[in-house]
Amino acid sequence: MNEAAFVRRKLQGRIMFALCAACAGLAVTVLFLILGYIAYHGFANLNWSFFTRLPKPVGETGGGIANAIVGSAKVVGLGGFIGVPIGVLAGLWLAEFGDNRLGFAVRYAADVLNGVPSIIVGLFAYSLVVIPLKHFSALSGSLALAFIVVPIVLRNTEEFVRLVPHSLREAALALGVPQWKVVLRVILPTASKGILTGALLALSRVAGETAPLIFTAFGNRFWDGGWMQPIATLPMAIFTYAISPYDDWHRQAWAAALVLMLFVLSVNVAARIFLKPSHGDAHG
Amino acid sequence: MSSVAEERARPAPAIRFRRPGDRAFQAALGAVALLVVALALALAWQLAVRSHPVWAKFGPAFLWTSEWDPVAEKFGALPFIYGTLASSALAMAIALPLGIGSAVFLAELAPRGLSAVVSFVIELLAAVPSVILGLLGIFVLVPAVRAVEPTLTRPLGFLPFFRGAPYGVSLLAAGLILAFMILPYITVISREVLLAVPRSLKEAMLGIGATRWEVVRHVSLPFARSGILGASFLALGRALGETMAVTMVIGNNPKISLSLLDPSYSMAAVIANELAEAASDMHMAALIGIGLTLFGITLLINAAARLMLYRLTRPRAG
Repeated sequence: MNEAAFVRRKLQGRIMFALCAACAGLAVTVLFLILGYIAYHGFANLNWSFFTRLPKPVGETGGGIANAIVGSAKVVGLGGFIGVPIGVLAGLWLAEFGDNRLGFAVRYAADVLNGVPSIIVGLFAYSLVVIPLKHFSALSGSLALAFIVVPIVLRNTEEFVRLVPHSLREAALALGVPQWKVVLRVILPTASKGILTGALLALSRVAGETAPLIFTAFGNRFWDGGWMQPIATLPMAIFTYAISPYDDWHRQAWAAALVLMLFVLSVNVAARIFLKPSHGDAHG
Repeated sequence: MSSVAEERARPAPAIRFRRPGDRAFQAALGAVALLVVALALALAWQLAVRSHPVWAKFGPAFLWTSEWDPVAEKFGALPFIYGTLASSALAMAIALPLGIGSAVFLAELAPRGLSAVVSFVIELLAAVPSVILGLLGIFVLVPAVRAVEPTLTRPLGFLPFFRGAPYGVSLLAAGLILAFMILPYITVISREVLLAVPRSLKEAMLGIGATRWEVVRHVSLPFARSGILGASFLALGRALGETMAVTMVIGNNPKISLSLLDPSYSMAAVIANELAEAASDMHMAALIGIGLTLFGITLLINAAARLMLYRLTRPRAG
């Protein structure tokens, strides 16, 4: 009787654990299917002119999306140029001087910005720049991406600065170094590896953002006309090509998706490898 | 996470800095930090101001009327609110068991090395840009759903959830794609929470003759409950605001239908599709009004998530 109950309980455990393993297996399988499918269709449609040519007019086959690749680099670059310094400085303040009410408010604001859907951030940039200027622009797209970068970099910087041992601070202060110099010359360099990796991850994340660019950077079939004009970007190109009715555009969408995904995934994997030793130690 | 909490718990060195350089430095950094607060406030303020015309004209009824006709300037947000909530609920129903199951496997069963590798791979799933998932949605998921639909409607057609023509683009497709987008959040956080369950509790349970599954069922999962709940709310916040993947597979049809197989629409999707070509100022205000509503909803959900994850980390930090 007892024996039978024990066998039943063990069997129940086996079944439940098998189900759990199946869940994890399914998640991993789906990821590899996604990667495989995109690699298959992407490589099949990738060629040299894809990287070097402008899009052809509707109806003609061939051409490339060189303008979108350059456009993405420009929009993400300016977004990072605005967003990363703000995030790093605010994160530095939060870790060093932020254990007070203002620190709570800053942390709360960063959490709010972090949780806001990216399309809402796009609405904000639209309302801030596009409506007053009455036209779409690369600048408004960069601002939208910068607003997404700030909270990510901020919380990441705070975490890594807090990991710097107090003994290091105290040693420098005991030598009579002014505090601002301690922060800039001792603490910041010590935490710089984590901070930079975090910034890179944030940039790779916004490089794939589409929603905030639809009504800010908009899109452009040609080379862009400066920061105040609409500009083509890689994710927007994928989106417009994917929902278009043309087979040739669909093929280009796959190729563009492959390029974007290779960039995003290689940054993520590199960040993981780069951070491994120190991060692993710190977290036991 | 724990090491950060420990650092935070240690009192900062109590030194008063009187050098003018230090004071200027602190003030400069503080000003940048204040800028972040100003950004969050400005975001809410801008959305409120720009959507004001629609609240002035339709009042709160904007949220529960369902006529959407930009040409006649009639605006009601209900179909979009319904689509957002329904697709997210569907995604949660799929992703929650999958995510918790994966987390249990990774935390309790898998060897440490395998567990780390698999959870990194699952994290990578979260890094795939949503427009790429949308692309796969259009060309893989939607045709698959279209093919499966008739076999769903035949035996289950008596239910209101499985009726209608097989379009492929549907609430079901949106729910499925969202489920895979939020799965990493649920899995990775739940795994961490499960790994934090004290060993002694589990060993005590094993010591009185429980099987390993009974330990998971009666010790680990209850102990980790609030953390898993927090992870779920975080995932829900992501699902509600997700734009691209949903826009590309939901069908973009502002009709409320109980059927999972009918094309639907979501709040984020209507903003993405219509704002760039808004027909009038009122149309624009209505879309920004939907944005403000979505902002409010995600704010509430994220606050709930943070409250639960905060409660969880608090006792151990002190």
